[in-house]
Amino acid sequence: MSVIQDPVNSGVYSGQDQPGGTNYINHSKGVMSWLLTLDHKRIGLMYMVSVLSAFALGGTFAIILRTMLFTHSSPENPISDSGQELYNQMFTLHGAVLVFMFIIPAVPAILGNMILPLMLGAKDVAFPRLNLLSWYCYIVGGLFFLFVLLSGGLDTGWTFYTPYSTSTSTSVAAATLGAFVLGFSSILTGLNFIATIHMLRPPGMGWFQLPLFLWALYATSLIQVLATPVLAITLLLLLAEKVLHIGIFDPALGGDPVLFQHFFWFYSHPAVYIMILPAMGIISELISTFSRRHIFGYSFIAFSSIAIALLGFLVWGHHMYTSGQSGMANAVFSLITFSVAIPSAIKIFNWLATMYKGSISLATPMLYALAFIWLFTIGGLTGVFLGSLALNIHAHDTYFVVAHFHYVMVGSMMTAFLGGMYYWWPKMFGKMYNEPVAKVAWFLIFAGFNLTFFIQFIAGSQGMPRRYADYLPEYAFFHKFSTVGSYVLAAGLVLVLLNWIHALLKGKKAPQNPWGSNTLEWHTSSPPPHENFAETPTVSDPYVMGAWDYDESIDGYVHNPQKAQELAQQGHH
Amino acid sequence: MLAILAQTDKTLFLPPGRSTFAGTHDGLYNFVLWMSVFWLVLIAGLLVYFVIKYRRKSPHDVPEGPTHSTAIELGWTLPPLILVMIIFVWGFRGFRDMNQAPNGAYQVIVNASKWNWSFTYGEGANASQLHVPVDTPISLVLTSSDVIHSFFVPEFRVKKDAVPGRYNKAWFQATQVGEYNLFCTEYCGKSHSQMISKVVVHTKEDYAVWLEKQMRWWEGEKPADVGMKVYTQRGCKQCHSLDGVDGDGPSWKDLFGSTRSFADGTTRVADEDYIRESILNPGSQVVAGFDNVMPTFQGQIKDPEVTGVIEYLKSISTHYEGAVLEVMPGAAEAPPAE
Amino acid sequence: MPSRDITEDRHDADPRPRDITDMSSDSAPQPDKAHGGHDNRPPHLAHHFETPKQQFESGKLGMWLFLATEILMFGGLFCAYAIYRGNHQDVFLYGYGALDKMWGATNTVVLLASSLTMAWAVRAAQKGQQKLLIAMLVATFMGGVGFMGIKAVEYKAKYDHNLFPGQQFNAFYYESGKPKYPEKLAHAIEYIDGRNAGRGGASHGTDGQGGEHSDAAPAPGEGQVLQGAGHQQAEADAQAPAAVIVTASFAPPADVTNLAPPASPADAGVLDSAIDHAGVVQTPHAGHTQILWEDLSQTERGKVHIFFEIYFLMTGLHGLHVLIGMGLIGWLILKARARTFGKEYFTPVDVIGLYWHLVDLIWIFLFPLLYLIH
Repeated sequence: MSVIQDPVNSGVYSGQDQPGGTNYINHSKGVMSWLLTLDHKRIGLMYMVSVLSAFALGGTFAIILRTMLFTHSSPENPISDSGQELYNQMFTLHGAVLVFMFIIPAVPAILGNMILPLMLGAKDVAFPRLNLLSWYCYIVGGLFFLFVLLSGGLDTGWTFYTPYSTSTSTSVAAATLGAFVLGFSSILTGLNFIATIHMLRPPGMGWFQLPLFLWALYATSLIQVLATPVLAITLLLLLAEKVLHIGIFDPALGGDPVLFQHFFWFYSHPAVYIMILPAMGIISELISTFSRRHIFGYSFIAFSSIAIALLGFLVWGHHMYTSGQSGMANAVFSLITFSVAIPSAIKIFNWLATMYKGSISLATPMLYALAFIWLFTIGGLTGVFLGSLALNIHAHDTYFVVAHFHYVMVGSMMTAFLGGMYYWWPKMFGKMYNEPVAKVAWFLIFAGFNLTFFIQFIAGSQGMPRRYADYLPEYAFFHKFSTVGSYVLAAGLVLVLLNWIHALLKGKKAPQNPWGSNTLEWHTSSPPPHENFAETPTVSDPYVMGAWDYDESIDGYVHNPQKAQELAQQGHH
Repeated sequence: MLAILAQTDKTLFLPPGRSTFAGTHDGLYNFVLWMSVFWLVLIAGLLVYFVIKYRRKSPHDVPEGPTHSTAIELGWTLPPLILVMIIFVWGFRGFRDMNQAPNGAYQVIVNASKWNWSFTYGEGANASQLHVPVDTPISLVLTSSDVIHSFFVPEFRVKKDAVPGRYNKAWFQATQVGEYNLFCTEYCGKSHSQMISKVVVHTKEDYAVWLEKQMRWWEGEKPADVGMKVYTQRGCKQCHSLDGVDGDGPSWKDLFGSTRSFADGTTRVADEDYIRESILNPGSQVVAGFDNVMPTFQGQIKDPEVTGVIEYLKSISTHYEGAVLEVMPGAAEAPPAE
Repeated sequence: MPSRDITEDRHDADPRPRDITDMSSDSAPQPDKAHGGHDNRPPHLAHHFETPKQQFESGKLGMWLFLATEILMFGGLFCAYAIYRGNHQDVFLYGYGALDKMWGATNTVVLLASSLTMAWAVRAAQKGQQKLLIAMLVATFMGGVGFMGIKAVEYKAKYDHNLFPGQQFNAFYYESGKPKYPEKLAHAIEYIDGRNAGRGGASHGTDGQGGEHSDAAPAPGEGQVLQGAGHQQAEADAQAPAAVIVTASFAPPADVTNLAPPASPADAGVLDSAIDHAGVVQTPHAGHTQILWEDLSQTERGKVHIFFEIYFLMTGLHGLHVLIGMGLIGWLILKARARTFGKEYFTPVDVIGLYWHLVDLIWIFLFPLLYLIH
């Protein structure tokens, strides 16, 4: 715990964050000042670059596979072996890269790293070295996946089901190791966040003054810490099976392939909540800020996050209704699965109630929040179909499931992530993005997503199985429609990227607080100084925004300490 | 009102139901569907209404409103809770019926392998499509020779994994004569999407006729034709080509009579015995350059079918110059009754 | 957790030396003058913490969280253990015969002792007793060396009898229903049967069918294997003369390799009765407390290798943790020699101590689960 390697100590940079002064981006220079940084904001930025690269890669795979599905075989034009193999590789890599390298780390590792200490008024996370180590784990895991790409690919599906995964000749071992190392990255982030939220809360910020984004990150971190080790051991067993043929999962050697599914889903179902919980946390912040209203039902939203995290550990068996597990087990898993629906519903209603009588601005982040509610409602309601035993039998492993988890894991999580990125963009970079372009991109993404995936519910109900390189002619319409939709979605995402690059290069200067939010990250300059705060901010209810006055000259909000004091007085009574 | 909607047999999205499960399943499906539409319209409607009604008039707005109410929270927690519990019980009851075959159901053994289906009937017949009599409970015992597959017939609303090393059970009762698609829904490798077969539902009389014929389907056919049918129907074609290009297994073209080199360095001429052994015990002689991936057909294939394959291989090999059998051996003594 | 009570008062640094040892071995770092004295932060306090107490408690919380992940990771293996042991009791009763209780017990004592010295080291660090700290750390390190040494001896015995995990090594693998390495298998059976028969003869004799067994048990060796294999195996080796017993009696385990569907409805009915509610094919349970190869059903014989895989995975992963712990303790020794720790600052000793106790604790579970199955 020595600080010898860390040249900056408390207070040295105080007061130097004014215009023309230094901030965390320019306070030191050179590649090494980034690669060895312990600053959570710089680590967040490095995560941003790497995670978005993985997103681009996985998205490219998606476009390739959707393009392959635009046509189907016919007796005159049968599908080739190489075509099938390419498709199987594409859907596997699409899933594996996006799940392990985008959806799981995106919100915690990018936005969490950036914002969590700022929201706490802290100088950094509890363990800055572990934080850097987690980024390096991510990079090493990513290198393993790159190796997989270059060395025979991967065709197991991201679920690595045995015994297929132990019998295929593709690079399962390298992919397993990659996912294993990425798991460590995730564990380190989660561990860091829990310790930070426990130990580095400022005086005056009790658990129930935490911003809801932090509650969500806390619940997420619990899952990361408690579920990921099980994935680690599962992958180790799989690796031993693959390399040594030990036979724990291989029926030909006396093992049980369904045991692998239990292990895998014990991690991977909670992992779904690693993906969605932090997204919900962002939405709570956005809805409140852009309605300029105190969040409704704070404690219900906070506890629903924890409830989801805990119940999420007990529902893994609902991925295995058709595997031959006992009817009793199926019934119990189904019952618990339904109970998870309730905390999710509570969140939606509370967000709506927050908008009630608000002052709703349709700035880009809010548009994403509204899109989230639409997409998540659809994703959640179709989850009710899948939780039901009788309906699951028909829908399992069809496009219905594909559509459902894309609505939840991609539609909801991705819109929340993009909304969060737009929301905190001025804080992170001190630059504003182009609002009209951002809105056009939002529309393309929202429309493109629904075009791509809604029709897949119908295809799945009609019986179209998932992971098919080819399909019968009766499903052609659904696939063509979906492929066209995916192009619209891709165009929207490219536009987002271009807008961001433009904002970095040419964006106009952002005020300290463009939205009028009262969480602590808006109490420091944009971008923040290396030490986060020039002076320690005063903690107050994060959802009381009355102390921020709009100033037209900077198109942003300015803090009014006197009002803040009055509001604090009122709060006490 | 939702319940009334659910009772109608009209479905927006589902294929027509053709088994006894379809009634319960589709009723529940419609119930959940209309319930979902209700909530989605309610939530989206409120969303749009609030956005319009409470749109920001000025950035100086400081709106006030309620921030918490335990009564309201409980109020909107209870209806969804009750609804999902209804759906749980409904789904569980439907599932319970699907899980337990009635006594005396007609049993078919399902063996899945990459990438074809094999159905074995109590009477000893075997087929690559599932033929069943209408209005009869059919009990399936599913297993797999290699990796996990899954048996799925959309019109029957039935699905069950075929897991190697286990016997899973499923059942259904078809309600209408016809042909239905049968999919593999558990990803199983390269040709997963080609692992599609048919369920053929016959009238009871037609089924008896079919079964009788199927038990000696090769009768009256030339052995090489029998072999060709085995090739297409039993999944050989997924790995063995006829054009000389090797796939996951060696091509069948010019195979018979050629000299095979094995992974252990030994060689052997591909004669009748070799072919027979390759079919019944494929792991015993893996040709160099190939993986030991072929499942055994021991117990699943009849002698005349093996003979058919051998004759068919002879007919497409330049290494074999003898005659190809015109009549199945043994068939001559007992020609099929006219 | 002896260190815990003591640490409670660690932050109220008492300026008065408590005793003579404290003075002589005082390693508390001097106040750092390099930082310009803008505040009186101790040099070991990282910039983002307000107080040493906050830093210490964060470190400790972090370690506890890490230990939770470790427990869950091992938990996966314990689950695999429980499932296979539950489904195949006799396989475990048979396989554990290859393990040496005495070595296992010795290792338990060694690790417990090293946990004690580790706790002592933490206390020494808290009290600033420099020499004692180093001595105790070295003792703990040596405990690790001893443990790994004994483990190496045990692994060597497994290696010699072809019990290493993996299809390339383990004698108990079957291929297409036949033993993959018949000679190695005969040798391994002889080895384990000899140990099993030898270790529990008395209890074996008292059980209902003990009389039949005691004939075979006292004479380990080829004859015993052959005689044993013929026992109670009428259905499997009716055609097998003793001389070819090793190959002939290992008919394919019914549920593993012979997946061809039964040809007649009658057979299918038999199949039904063998399928339990979960769809797993069950095999009859032999019911002995002491298991010889002859007692295992065909199915179970095909699964014996899984016991050794679980044994090696569990002890191997644990051994890896011991090695990592030894590395960390080695680092602590170097740091302690550089006088890094003292009453003011001993977080690394404390948290690495926690880690070492966990490694010890896991072994406390592994030992009875693997070595004391009876």
